[in-house]
Amino acid sequence: MKYIQEYRKPEIQKKIIKEIHKYGSELRKRINIMEVCGTHTMAIGKYGIRKIMPESINLISGPGCPVCVTPLNYIDKAIELSKINDVIITTFGDMMKVPGSYSSLEKEKSNGSKIFVVYSPVDALEIAEKNNSKNVIFLSVGFETTTPSIAQTIKIAKDKKIKNFFILCGNKIIPPAMEFLLKEKDTEINGFLCPGHVSTIIGIEPYKKISEKYNIPCVISGFEPADILYSIYLILRCIIEGKAEVINEYKRTVREKGNLKAKKIINEVFEICDSEWRGIGKIENSGYKLKDELSQFDAEKKFKIDVKYPKEKTGCICGEILKGKKKPFECPLFEKICNPENPFGPCMVSSEGTCSAYYKYEKR
Amino acid sequence: MPIINMKKDKILISHGSGGKLMYSLIENIFLKKFKNEIIEKLTDSAVIEFDDFELCFTTDSYTVDPIFFNGGDIGKLSVCGTLNDLSVMGAIPLYLSSSFIIEEGFDIDLLEKITESMKRISDIAGVKIVTGDTKVVEKGKVDKIFINTSGIGIKDKNLKIGIENIKVGDVVIINGTIGEHGMAVLLSRNMFNIKSNIKSDCAPLNKLINEIIEIGGIKFMRDPTRGGVSATLNEIVRNQKFGILIYEDKIPVKEEVLSMCEILGFDPLNIANEGKVIIICDKKKSEEIIKRMRKNIYGKEARIIGEIVKNPEGKVIMETITGSIRIVDSPIGEQFPRIC
Repeated sequence: MKYIQEYRKPEIQKKIIKEIHKYGSELRKRINIMEVCGTHTMAIGKYGIRKIMPESINLISGPGCPVCVTPLNYIDKAIELSKINDVIITTFGDMMKVPGSYSSLEKEKSNGSKIFVVYSPVDALEIAEKNNSKNVIFLSVGFETTTPSIAQTIKIAKDKKIKNFFILCGNKIIPPAMEFLLKEKDTEINGFLCPGHVSTIIGIEPYKKISEKYNIPCVISGFEPADILYSIYLILRCIIEGKAEVINEYKRTVREKGNLKAKKIINEVFEICDSEWRGIGKIENSGYKLKDELSQFDAEKKFKIDVKYPKEKTGCICGEILKGKKKPFECPLFEKICNPENPFGPCMVSSEGTCSAYYKYEKR
Repeated sequence: MPIINMKKDKILISHGSGGKLMYSLIENIFLKKFKNEIIEKLTDSAVIEFDDFELCFTTDSYTVDPIFFNGGDIGKLSVCGTLNDLSVMGAIPLYLSSSFIIEEGFDIDLLEKITESMKRISDIAGVKIVTGDTKVVEKGKVDKIFINTSGIGIKDKNLKIGIENIKVGDVVIINGTIGEHGMAVLLSRNMFNIKSNIKSDCAPLNKLINEIIEIGGIKFMRDPTRGGVSATLNEIVRNQKFGILIYEDKIPVKEEVLSMCEILGFDPLNIANEGKVIIICDKKKSEEIIKRMRKNIYGKEARIIGEIVKNPEGKVIMETITGSIRIVDSPIGEQFPRIC
């Protein structure tokens, strides 16, 4: 089985699209299906899926881009930390360009701050081991997909007694954000396309609670075009049959209970806390912080930094976009003033941001 | 286009990426100062007109990291890159210069290997390296070795190759699979602990191009290096009264490259090539051109990947495998630095 080509055969896509149109015509009103995950947003843009949907199906993008929802205050803190002598900042590449209140990591790098892009937190730890006269801080952002590898890195650092490695913790949990959006006034979501990668870790249980409580179908989807189209079809079928089920379309990766080992490691290192989501606000129990007994790895405790009150740019509607209330085309800044080279808000910076996806694949 | 604030802004890695940010730097800094009737055309080589021929002149600096990678090295790259920039103008490359900036402490043995590779490729391509320069700088002032090559070639005055010749209905051809150079260099850095057989496609294309020029019908050519096929196609349509439509299922990508792109989150269309050429030609001549290309070692997988369309003007679009249409934009910022 070829896991890319098999899922990209044009004839398969066309067959599912035909079914979606058939079912779509049975709908009595226009429905909103939210793809929670940024990788889905990108795939939907890349394969032109939004454009081939029937009139009756509206695909809206959700808050599942980790860079987009990282609060401004976090970016400002990272920038301040990068200015400290002997500090090396290590980060996933997407964070480099995110505008803080007054600067960005990319600009600080050109000013001489030591900032390295890494592909894994383990690489950041290696940098710490090789530079023991420096303090290495890893910008720890991401959802359940990324959190286990960061937790594992902390465990390794503890075992090896590494004293110069820290994280600035901003990790987030997806299901509470989904629930938050369902409670929002004037957002109507009729079905969730649930994130495949996150589900690989958390399994299908967390969605069952949401699905039952709010009577909404949730389909866990893979990322190939055939996966996404088939998941949309499954949601559609649930809606028409009046069922609020959780269906796992991404069975080749996602197990019922998720990844038990990964969940265990997360619980050993982190504890759940309330968390601030950029553009959305504070969501209860939607974030992680280091457990007290591991606070020696907490960059905020180690370094005293003074961060000014965050200053969000005016006119940007990223918040409304992250909640699925508005689409990028409705933003007066989109394309004209805000574009990937000169991003105003986080949804345009991140390679998985909704505005970035629309700009890249759908701009007029 | 972002406006550069010269008093405040600093050069970012993205300014060298071959994308939109680099274009704005060229426009706002270099073109502003150097502007003349030759440079302002921003072609791959400058074209200087003489009474009975045209002289093409180009230059390029090579800073690839690592200097040896699967499928090539900085020396091979420095000859192929400059040769290809002359060839896509329709010129026959003749002479190259080579300048070396070398870090103190560099192994002479490696310098031998690099120059050997330059010699081998220039022999294959039939060009001579006729002048050069050497500078050595203190340790840490450059990373191992940087090479600059310039090249000249001559072009038939009657050969009309330029964007202005492109018409709606012309077709877009590529000579083979895409994304191999950028991916090979990236994987040679051992950043991901992934073993792979992906080899750079780095190759001299002058003979392949000379063979097809004879057939006629070629409107325009460009080598899709930094920024990949998407950057090159967008350069072609910029400010033009036509667009380009490509077909996703016709774009040749090796399975290994596709898999790596999926793992690392890249689009093969955005990844650099060093042995590929995009050809826009008259549809009527396309079959003959492809047939001839396939006889050459560097054109075995030549095929049509798209066509020139009336709408949308100035944009590149793609018919995706779902049968939908999406925009193909130039990559923005740096995908990964120092791949050439």
